[in-house]
Amino acid sequence: MAEQRRKERIDRGIKVRADSIYALMSLKEISYLTLPRLILIVGFLLLPILMPSAYWQRVISITCIYALLALSFDFLAHYVGLVSLGGAFFIGVGAYIAAVGNTSLGLPIYLTIPLATLGGGLICTLLLLPCLPLRGVYFAIVTLMYPLAMARIIEALDIFGGTDGIMGVASFPVWWIEQYFVILALLGFLFGMRRLVNEDIGLVFRAVKDNDQAVRASGINITYYKALAVFIASAMGCLGGACLTHIYMWAGISQFALDFSILPIAATVIGGGGTLAGPVLGCLILVPISELLRAFGTLRIVFYAAVLMGFVVFRSEGLMVYGERKYHQFERWVKV
Amino acid sequence: MDILVYGIINSISLALVALGFALVYGISRLPNFAHGALYVVAGFLTWSLARAAGINYLLSMLCAMLLTGIMGAMIYRFLLIRVRGMAISEIIASYAMGLAILEGLRWWGFKGMTYTLPPFVEGSIMVLGVPVDYHRLLVVVIGAGVVLVLWLFTHQSRIGLALRGMAQDERAALMLGIDSDFMALLAMGFGSMLAALSAVLLLPLGNIVVEEGYNILILAIAVCIVGGLGSWMGAVLAAFLIGFAQIITVVYLGSHFQMVVAILAIIITLILKPSGLFGKQKELEERV
Repeated sequence: MAEQRRKERIDRGIKVRADSIYALMSLKEISYLTLPRLILIVGFLLLPILMPSAYWQRVISITCIYALLALSFDFLAHYVGLVSLGGAFFIGVGAYIAAVGNTSLGLPIYLTIPLATLGGGLICTLLLLPCLPLRGVYFAIVTLMYPLAMARIIEALDIFGGTDGIMGVASFPVWWIEQYFVILALLGFLFGMRRLVNEDIGLVFRAVKDNDQAVRASGINITYYKALAVFIASAMGCLGGACLTHIYMWAGISQFALDFSILPIAATVIGGGGTLAGPVLGCLILVPISELLRAFGTLRIVFYAAVLMGFVVFRSEGLMVYGERKYHQFERWVKV
Repeated sequence: MDILVYGIINSISLALVALGFALVYGISRLPNFAHGALYVVAGFLTWSLARAAGINYLLSMLCAMLLTGIMGAMIYRFLLIRVRGMAISEIIASYAMGLAILEGLRWWGFKGMTYTLPPFVEGSIMVLGVPVDYHRLLVVVIGAGVVLVLWLFTHQSRIGLALRGMAQDERAALMLGIDSDFMALLAMGFGSMLAALSAVLLLPLGNIVVEEGYNILILAIAVCIVGGLGSWMGAVLAAFLIGFAQIITVVYLGSHFQMVVAILAIIITLILKPSGLFGKQKELEERV
């Protein structure tokens, strides 16, 4: 019989040291901890400057909006256990609130965006409230139906401009405000969420995901926590939607389209679910590639559907988990 | 009278569309979100065989059904089998599959209003004072026949009983020597064939367009959710419920509301009673 070997994974020494007070021991340990985060932050801040044309700067904004949505999907799915396939619903609600606020009520852009974020989050939470007790597949299906229902209702009742949408929404005053607003919002939410899930409240969220009955038995109102989580996630999505409206100066039915539901999920699956940074990474990869493929028409949807399928079926851990493992651990073959 | 006659026709069409989805979910607990895509694929296959390759219409329909069935089985065998049991991954993977197929077809050039299939028989007849064309009558007859045959198949034949056994209790079925993976493969194949059958029956009534795939998926899900996921009788009953509701809204509100009815039916059913009319799931599995 051939000699049998297996792969052994051991934490790197520097990770063990950086886990405790020794993290402050030397520059090496400090940079081990901060370098990945710094690369992300500085990279994002430099992106708009490095982009060659206004078109690609626009792509960066769109990427950030998708990343916000992917972040909200990841948070809901992997920290609260609510798999929401309705990212488009959040985008659409935020977009319409911002557009209506801007065109009908005449509110300026620095009021419509907060209004859309908070008000949209509230509306989404209220509408999704009856569905919160649902689990697994049922919640997934019902959230998939929400954006479709909204789109058809707007079309059928011919409200909010019907199929034409709302035009003439004000744009951001200067391009760099647009760029840095979405980038800073994304970075803020990314690090904010990472902190949130490790606070006490994040502990409750994760407990709801693992065993909601046990949480209920300890006298915690799970519906309240689920609603709170949905509010946080939908506010993120609505913020994205509001920015999208102001960037394109238009709100329409296509903002409820399935693109906004499926691409963030694909990004999360590729980037690695449950890492929060993974979905952002996934968006940074997927959205520009999808833009490059725009010339091929709907082939780009085929492309990301195929990538999504491949990752779900064959590589479900995702890039970020893989990368983290390589960063923190080394592998070696040992005899069994 | 209009409502009664067209309600029945619409209901039978819905039942046809949903049976494939219900079959796959009922047996292997696999929400096949590629259902709508398979439906459209069957339509285009029939068109290609009959119009482009010039094969006999009936023969090309049978071929298309067979090919779609094989395609569904292959999707299961090479993709979905790996994520079986992980409900969310199943949904995402099969939905991505459907999306890839539909948008691939669109990219390939199957778009616009140019793709039509001829009805089986031309002409129309008065039924209860309402003009109905022969094709729609044929759909009703064949649809009712399919429901009957499916019932006989699952209650009388060996394979049908094995499929039902697996739907009731997969572990016990495994113990009795039923190969659950193979049965799920068969179920997926049969489900896809049913999708193809509904496609060849219903598509001659309109154009073959890619968007139809999404609508069919929504309709199938609506019928199955309202009827209760995993219950076939429920699906047929729900088809009548939604079918009539759709026709009534079309008559009194306008045709824009047809899909709104289906989507709202899904949302309301899931909120009030997620197991639907005849679902067999335990309460705690679906809601807290």
